Amino acid sequence: MTPAGTSDTSPGPHDEIRHQRLAVREGIAVGLATAAYGVSFGALSVAAGLDIWQTSFISIVMFSGGSQFALIGVLAAGGVAAGPAAVASAALLGVRNGIYGMRIAPIVGAGLWKRLAAGWITIDESTAVALAQPTPRSRRIGFWVTGLAVFIGWNITTLVGALIGDALGDTRAYGLDAAAAAAFVGLLWPRLKRMQAVAVAVAAAVVAATLTPVLVPGLPVLVAALVAVVVGLFNWLGAPTDAGAGLRS
Amino acid sequence: MTLWQIIIAASIAVLTLKLAGYLVPSALLHKPTPSRIADLLTVALLAALIAVQTLGNGQALTMDARIPAVIVAAGLFAIKTPFIVVVIVAALVAAGLRALT
Repeated sequence: MTPAGTSDTSPGPHDEIRHQRLAVREGIAVGLATAAYGVSFGALSVAAGLDIWQTSFISIVMFSGGSQFALIGVLAAGGVAAGPAAVASAALLGVRNGIYGMRIAPIVGAGLWKRLAAGWITIDESTAVALAQPTPRSRRIGFWVTGLAVFIGWNITTLVGALIGDALGDTRAYGLDAAAAAAFVGLLWPRLKRMQAVAVAVAAAVVAATLTPVLVPGLPVLVAALVAVVVGLFNWLGAPTDAGAGLRS
Repeated sequence: MTLWQIIIAASIAVLTLKLAGYLVPSALLHKPTPSRIADLLTVALLAALIAVQTLGNGQALTMDARIPAVIVAAGLFAIKTPFIVVVIVAALVAAGLRALT
């Protein structure tokens, strides 16, 4: 299995080829793992009241797990009336992809179409695999292989999940509402490595739950986001060496 | 807004944010505050969504089978169980409790 990008004749050491192979393997593995939970997005989206076309459209165009789950989560709670809050929740969760784009831009290089394609597949997974590679070339390969593998897998399994959800009917009886909450726990879990993140998570959950009976559906989640802005601005509970960690490249 | 309008607006917003990252001068990247806020924003939104998805019932707060399901899910993630397995187990816990009560 030789990736297309390694067939040039530059006399790289054996290490470089090994790095590139590892990047390809890691990208495909991450793609397969991510694809597995596209099924849950598809099923939950249909359970939230979207049809199969709408569900697939989101996975193709939006293509960012956290934002997708947020959109259907807010719509499930508040219906079409919660539309603006649903859009805002999805967009706010997408802000981090913009930060990833800043890190990935020097890796993919110049060119309008290349950057458009790269931007589309700039997500948690492709960024993480790219930045974990040791050489510029293996970072570039890691980014593209992971992004494309996740894109293809995620869209196929979204469609499968939507068809399953459609066939199930009464989704509450199958516990799909609990599955949606569990999916958010899974997205949050890897981000709770620091005290600051744990404190923000607890405070945001309390704020959202407290405001639920008071505000229209969707708004409690947006107000809870202010916790992050305030804590982040003043760096409460943050380590002083925290600044810009992992951003140097 | 119709459902389609919501879906298209949200999808374009998220895609635009991804592309915007490629246009921002990389100097901004070296300022710690914007990237720290972006990281914490993700944490806060996900935690808030967990709370609403677990306790919310329209505008009311309710205690039902979702709570034990989410606790089981957190425990399984803590011992590094694969995502899809946890999501299925959480659904089964909630469905099982509802079938029994």
